[in-house]
Amino acid sequence: MSIDTTPKMSWWNRLAHPGQFVILTKPLILPLTALTALLFAAGLWFAFFNSPADYQMGDTVRIMYVHVPTAWLSQFVYATMAVSAIGSLVWRHPMADVSMKTAAPLGAAFTAMALFTGSLWGRPTWGTFWEWDGRMTSTLVLLFIYLGIVALWRAFDDQLRAARVVAVFTLVGAVNIPIIKFSVDWWSTLHQPASVFRPDGPTMHGSILTPLFVMFFAFTFLFITLQLTAIHTEVRRRRITTLERRAARGETR
Amino acid sequence: MIGLGEHAEFIISAYMGVFLGLGALIGWTVFSARATKRRLAELGDTRSDA
Amino acid sequence: MSGFVSVLRREVNLSLRGGGEMLTLVLFFVIVGAIVPFAVGPDKVLLARIAPGIVWIAAFLAMLMGLEKLFGPDRADGTLGLYRLADTPLSAVVAAKVIAHWLTTALPLILASPIFALLLSMDLPTFWRTLVSLLIGTPALAGFGALGAALTVATRHGGLIAPILIAPLSVPVLIFGVGAISASGGPGQTGVATLLLAALSLMVVALTPFAAALAIDWGED
Repeated sequence: MSIDTTPKMSWWNRLAHPGQFVILTKPLILPLTALTALLFAAGLWFAFFNSPADYQMGDTVRIMYVHVPTAWLSQFVYATMAVSAIGSLVWRHPMADVSMKTAAPLGAAFTAMALFTGSLWGRPTWGTFWEWDGRMTSTLVLLFIYLGIVALWRAFDDQLRAARVVAVFTLVGAVNIPIIKFSVDWWSTLHQPASVFRPDGPTMHGSILTPLFVMFFAFTFLFITLQLTAIHTEVRRRRITTLERRAARGETR
Repeated sequence: MIGLGEHAEFIISAYMGVFLGLGALIGWTVFSARATKRRLAELGDTRSDA
Repeated sequence: MSGFVSVLRREVNLSLRGGGEMLTLVLFFVIVGAIVPFAVGPDKVLLARIAPGIVWIAAFLAMLMGLEKLFGPDRADGTLGLYRLADTPLSAVVAAKVIAHWLTTALPLILASPIFALLLSMDLPTFWRTLVSLLIGTPALAGFGALGAALTVATRHGGLIAPILIAPLSVPVLIFGVGAISASGGPGQTGVATLLLAALSLMVVALTPFAAALAIDWGED
């Protein structure tokens, strides 16, 4: 009879170990993918077949169902990165590094989509593709911050050092984003032409809220799925780097 | 399919653009996941986590 | 404290000794302003209207120029490593460098700004507001600049990335800086902008040395 002496990890420690994290979260990918696909199917059906045109904006209100979720994600992804940055700086949590890195290009993509749909929504309702109003301008600045973060990641060879430096910038950005938002709002009210449509005008009808909520969850779950997959890929990529280094040194395992 | 009114081209291009973007994002994620898995197999990784 | 003062003195002395660089920077600042009329035409009314923006853009660009020499040479010759081990906290060293950076880049620009007033046909009240706005706002640019330089000091081509990181952060500085000069916002707005600019500048100068020191410290190892 032998006593089992292999160390047992708590779930928290397992989350902190990259290999264990992959094993632990791998079974989640498939259900998440299925849920996301289902939500998108339902959301699109609601958006095009089961929701009325707005009495004021007409059918262009349907752009809202892709615009609002992407705009929400542009901020939610940054919040994810900021929380990861804290985890990386305070606890040196290895998965926080990885999650911070994989979230940045996703956030940039969702922000770009929010700007794209926003300008296509703006053309019929405001009569212009681009309006230097507070929301659009601060979203544009947010996109630049995302792209700066991606560029900073790529500038480092050593990803462990990169993680800590990027975490500092991410947190500085997190403190600064509200200030940017405030300053841009102040600036745009100063220069605002009088004819701009205020989107808080019409009260939302329930039949518009249903597709909005479904799409909102569809996009959020899509982000979670993509983020998790990208984290697994990044963990494997780091393992590859280790193995390649080892091979280059001529070692055999 | 319902008629999309006078601004149909804006609605369609917004959805097209977003879904092209999402497609690219998903494609890129899946592609890099496959590529790293393949490389890891090539290197003969014996760990079970991959 | 003595460490802080000696770093400050060292930085200023180094810049003064290579005095050519400071003059080049001022020349760059003036040339950016002087080239605008060639692009938009010598319309005096238009130039006077966009002068605040031109001054701030020129100052912003000129302050990006000197960033690479903020930490780069010190890292190359190992001084930065010694600063990390020194008794004086790294954030105090960075703060001294921010102040020295401001003294040797921003202050010469501000002294050169009367040339702008002439070239862009500003009236006297606008010029005074420009002077105040630059004096209050450029410390914030120096702080953000030091942060950008610190974040990229350990990278291979940091000189290209630092401006990309700094520009979005500097948006509020530019907005309130220009807002403190131009009277287009109606009565009272320039005063509000000046106060907001001062608040922002104080906050940035107080906090960025700590963030920059963290970035330097953790970017090494």
